[in-house]
Amino acid sequence: MTILNPYGMTRRHFMQHVAGAATAIPTMHFLSHLEANASQVKKQQKACILIWMAGGPPSIDIWDLKPGSKNGGEFKPISTKGDMQISEHMPKTAQVMGDLSLIRSMSTREADHARGTYYMHSAYVPNPTVVHPTFGSVVSYELGSRRKELDIPSFISVGGSRGSAGFLGMSHSPFVVSSNGTIQNAEINMTEQQRLGQRLDMLQVLESGFINSKRGESANSHKDIYKKAVNLMTSKQMEAFKVDQEPAALKEAYGTGSFGQGLLLARRLVEVGVPFIEVSASVGSWDLHQGVFDSLKNQNLPQLDKGISALVTDLKQRAMLDDVTIVCMGEFGRTPRINQNVGRDHWAASWTAMIGGGGLKNGQAIGKTDSDGIGIEGKSYLPGDLWATVSHSLGIPLDIVHTSKRGRPMKLANGGTPIKELIG
Amino acid sequence: MRRFSKQLSVVSALVICAGSLVSIADAAPPESRAKSFSTGSFDPFVDYINGQIRQGWEDNEVEASPVASDEEWLRRVYLDIIGQIPSGETVEKFVKNSDTAKRSKVIDELLEDPAYVHNFTNVWTNLLIGRNTPRRVSRNGMQKFLREAFAKNRPWDEIVQNLVTAEGHFEENGAVNYLLAQMQDNDEAVQVTAATTRLFLGIQVQCTQCHNHPFNDWKQNQFWEYNSFFRQMRRINHRKTDPKTGRQVDDYSEVVSTGFNGPVYFEKRSGLMQVAYPIFEDVKVDPEGSVERRKEFSKLIVQGEKPLIAQAIVNRMWGYFIGYGFTRPVDDMGPHNPASHPELLNKMAEELVKKKYDLKQLARWICNSEAYNLTSQFGRKNEIDSPERGETPLFSHMYVKNMTAEQLYDSLIVATSAHKSGQSNFERAEEQRRQWMRQFMVAFDNDSGDDSTTFNGTIPQALMMMNGELTKNAISADSGSYLNQLLLEKGNDQAKIKKMFLSTLSRFPDRRESISAQKLIGSSPNKLAAYQDLYWALLNSNEFVFNH
Repeated sequence: MTILNPYGMTRRHFMQHVAGAATAIPTMHFLSHLEANASQVKKQQKACILIWMAGGPPSIDIWDLKPGSKNGGEFKPISTKGDMQISEHMPKTAQVMGDLSLIRSMSTREADHARGTYYMHSAYVPNPTVVHPTFGSVVSYELGSRRKELDIPSFISVGGSRGSAGFLGMSHSPFVVSSNGTIQNAEINMTEQQRLGQRLDMLQVLESGFINSKRGESANSHKDIYKKAVNLMTSKQMEAFKVDQEPAALKEAYGTGSFGQGLLLARRLVEVGVPFIEVSASVGSWDLHQGVFDSLKNQNLPQLDKGISALVTDLKQRAMLDDVTIVCMGEFGRTPRINQNVGRDHWAASWTAMIGGGGLKNGQAIGKTDSDGIGIEGKSYLPGDLWATVSHSLGIPLDIVHTSKRGRPMKLANGGTPIKELIG
Repeated sequence: MRRFSKQLSVVSALVICAGSLVSIADAAPPESRAKSFSTGSFDPFVDYINGQIRQGWEDNEVEASPVASDEEWLRRVYLDIIGQIPSGETVEKFVKNSDTAKRSKVIDELLEDPAYVHNFTNVWTNLLIGRNTPRRVSRNGMQKFLREAFAKNRPWDEIVQNLVTAEGHFEENGAVNYLLAQMQDNDEAVQVTAATTRLFLGIQVQCTQCHNHPFNDWKQNQFWEYNSFFRQMRRINHRKTDPKTGRQVDDYSEVVSTGFNGPVYFEKRSGLMQVAYPIFEDVKVDPEGSVERRKEFSKLIVQGEKPLIAQAIVNRMWGYFIGYGFTRPVDDMGPHNPASHPELLNKMAEELVKKKYDLKQLARWICNSEAYNLTSQFGRKNEIDSPERGETPLFSHMYVKNMTAEQLYDSLIVATSAHKSGQSNFERAEEQRRQWMRQFMVAFDNDSGDDSTTFNGTIPQALMMMNGELTKNAISADSGSYLNQLLLEKGNDQAKIKKMFLSTLSRFPDRRESISAQKLIGSSPNKLAAYQDLYWALLNSNEFVFNH
């Protein structure tokens, strides 16, 4: 009889694998404690991919052009498959705009990088009494906790962490990986793999002794985290991080830079059931106080265009697009007025966020700015409304109230309302 | 099998003859048992503390846990006072020492150890500016100020006064870094107000920034009254040109005073504008611009027999050493959150004022108290004393605490000499140490506001402990490492296993552990590998990463 140690692996179990398979099968395969729920891998599960444009993108040059205005800048609008026009430097994305939408009347008042980043991620303005969870942590808390088959963390940040899980607790913090899928300290060499079983057996002897000595819950929590870490190291789902296994043509279509590969990684993570992935739009700085048009046209937009269009096309081909909500934005927009350095400065009063997929009524531009891009005509939206729309797509009930550590009730998405036109 | 077997036999005895135990407990009430307890210190105030805590046990009908074994206690007091575990030899020596005053002597020794200064500098640097240094704040400056303060054992009231009144260059006067760290946003000193009242006065007025306090009678104007003391200052960030790149880079920052005059204005929930004057506990300071308000504030906060500043530091230090303070959290005192032992808290604050805010004396009182000397194991007679389940702490057993990132890192170095592994010279070893330290702080940067007793480890932390470079070096057995030295020494497997337990868990292995370890080593074709695996398991165990 074999008694499993709580980390999911016994020495004998382990040695059998090693003896039989060490030569032929890729490492993670024989380490796998779950004989791959291969059938589940393709199961459709709802998820959100946030494309984060750190620095604040000039949405007036990408999504809401103002031809004929002194603020209009160098770029021309082009028609799209949706009911809107976008920048001429986003031609591939124009072809998939039928599956995406624009919210052209974001009005968000925080024009400082740190405060805006916090606000757009959490829907709450910074407050000294509490740390609000970034929305990925909210999704991890609501959806990730229920996906028992998921061995890997349920909020993954590709290329950098944005924000904290706040009062939802450390287990929902962003799990940071690089765009090529490398996880710090998760890879172990052959010798270490062979010895992991006996190490864990000995660890079990020590841990159970301490737990049984009655000193409270912490001892158990420690064991749980180790169990999760070992699951992660040995799970079949780790394959999801191996972006390299994708066909060359697809890698090329997404773009071979870290942004494109990060998006491709995000798709692979969605396939194994990760409900929230944040991908850094690391295609050059978005904080374009100078030389905005040259940077956008030569560097940022070609990569952004490639990545977004490839992601939408790929998800659609795999029949995943209705389950995956895509959001693309930064902490604010940029000034309609062009400064003396041919740049645009921080501007939170009127800007555009992109949202799409997720079974929304796409192909629309919601809201409207005036002909100079300065004022909003009609209804404006807050980050809470955007995240409420995402929650609706993900099937997270909007009346959920979380409680801060001090017992203060916190409404989901700060009580925002899903955007009516998008949810139909 | 020392501790565990003892505990097990006690538990089974309880089960078998619970009836007779009750009568034993009746015959020997907690007071009489505790009267015999002493660390060897002769401070009547420690007896007073013990009496107050015992009263709580009696009132709640709990029976305290036994006194901790020497091994358990020594590890704890090393971690708490100097921020690192004792070496295996230190543990053995202490256990063998038959001096009845050995515990109180160790406390005194550790308080004079340079590592005491290092440890409390770390603790307070993290509280004052955070583990991640904000931009344009000098961590070196902050640490220099604190190092000097703790090395000279400067009175706590003076330290606080220096911090809140600080002005000048962030390296010439390191105290200003506290204020600079709270002035990240241009927020009319909102953060400074919130942090100062929380850290030094132990009260949370920040929710009254926007509305009246929901659970007590503090009004919104209170926040803004405190706030108006901090409006006569601003930060200046100096920039310079980097000669290599020609770009503008940060040079230094400073805090300077401004001639702010008059009251401050704030908006009520109703939209009405209100006015607030600099008032502290009903004492109004002249709102003229010529009055230096932060100086006035620093004088007002130390007035009275047991001012808030004294209660706040007592509560925080008690919580630091024992895991829970008299209020939870330790920095949220007030009518809405009554203290578990109000009389004791007040008395300790009063005594601290009489002792001129001597922080070492405060540590001495706590570490010599009976509560601090109990085991962290609890039994049926005191399992209701479980603050982690929300119960009021009765201090009838020690509570398990998380090591801080710094304590864990320093303890790993003590246990393994990992930084010396394969390094021939001191400089290289030190550089290695600093480099790991940085990686470590990033991985272990948990939310600082959390209870120190709730385990909030993460997967990246577990991965780092299992597979990280530091662990690899720690178990490498290259020359210079602990394992290398141990394996070269004489002695059989059993003796070596014992030493490995002592240098990591600061105790002897019990029988079950000994057998498992010997089996691991005996059955392995590669003995070195088996020793490494044992050491790996010891360093990764829950018992190693907790301060219990």
